[in-house]
Amino acid sequence: MNAAAASHATTPEAAKAWAAAASVCDPEIPVLTLQDLGVLRDLQLDRDGKVLVTITPTYSGCPAMLVMETEILKALREAGFEKVKVETVLSPAWTTDWLSEAGREKLRSYGIAPPVRASSSRQALFGKDSVDCPQCGSSDTERVSEFGSTSCKALYRCCSCAEPFDYFKCL
Amino acid sequence: MADLMPDMIAGAKFKYVLRLADDQLILGQRLGEWCGHAPTLEEDLALANIGLDLLGQARSLFTYAGEVEGEGRSEDDLAFLRQERDYFNALLMEQPNGDFAVTIVRQLFHAAFMVPFWSAMTGSSDKTLAAVAAKSLKEVEYHLRHCSEWIIRLGDGTEESHVRTQAALDELWGYASELFEMDEVADEMLVTGVGVDAAALKDDWDATVDAVLARATLNRPEDSWSQTGGRSGQHSEHMGHILSDLQYMQRTYPGLSW
Repeated sequence: MNAAAASHATTPEAAKAWAAAASVCDPEIPVLTLQDLGVLRDLQLDRDGKVLVTITPTYSGCPAMLVMETEILKALREAGFEKVKVETVLSPAWTTDWLSEAGREKLRSYGIAPPVRASSSRQALFGKDSVDCPQCGSSDTERVSEFGSTSCKALYRCCSCAEPFDYFKCL
Repeated sequence: MADLMPDMIAGAKFKYVLRLADDQLILGQRLGEWCGHAPTLEEDLALANIGLDLLGQARSLFTYAGEVEGEGRSEDDLAFLRQERDYFNALLMEQPNGDFAVTIVRQLFHAAFMVPFWSAMTGSSDKTLAAVAAKSLKEVEYHLRHCSEWIIRLGDGTEESHVRTQAALDELWGYASELFEMDEVADEMLVTGVGVDAAALKDDWDATVDAVLARATLNRPEDSWSQTGGRSGQHSEHMGHILSDLQYMQRTYPGLSW
């Protein structure tokens, strides 16, 4: 995402628009920005001051897309951009590989274990990820449920400190 | 394909995309029925989450079907405002939830098919379908893992769970073959590079299902009866009941929107 972010800084105005969109936080995981998540894919500012923002959903059925769109429009309006369009694209498909390093660190300190593998694979049909507890760091953890409070998370429990925690699934 | 008129191809594509959308919509709706009723809180979340993934895939497909048709129908128009005979999902998707074993077996049959299906569809000449496929593939791989683990736990669990899961397999087995059916619409999509050869996915499906059943100490049912009709809009008696639920708001308050 850093490379993508850099490419939008061609003009000070474009950099300003990108910074505004990039500062919007995920409504479900408020410590992550849309840039940290890799959900914010592109931003084009044309000569008439029109902004086209491109975002991609983490999961097909992600119910937060409309909130994200509304928040992006609001952030850009506050930054002085009135003519803004937000477009949702499916390709290339979002992957946890796009989570920034900063994002992974923010997740951990928020109490959510970041994804461990590069992305999902069929070898994982019967396999389980070895996930470290974000509270005490122990690797002695067990999966409680493949699915958690949002599409992108699974539920784990630490066998050392006994804390339950969310795990950001690999996708 | 000089013998095919462009509008005939568009018509076939509309129907093809609609079938795919209906499969995900109706199965997603079925999974939603578990919300608040699943055996454990974790499974309640899991089934609702899987249903949500399928609904999300259906939304992309309905939107695209509307574009292909070119008559201004939106995703909601297509999802909510059709008569029963105009839905083209496979009969498997509309089968009742039954007990938890029936739901999980139905999910295994679906996921074991959709993984190779979406995988092949990523190579479609149609950019939109290829994009939906790449997105959906990741999701159904996770669904397949979830239901496979459950089949093993249930089959190799207690005597009661084993008996019930075997009964679920026997009950639903005859609905699986419809997934691999090819007809004029599917053939046309295949030769134009848009669609997938569903019949060719049978070996892959067999291998996945057999591997899971073996680990679950369950028997693969004998092929005997099979039921078909969903792809041409001929449904089981369950479909009308699903639609009465699904379409309730639109029938009560026509044109309602958020």
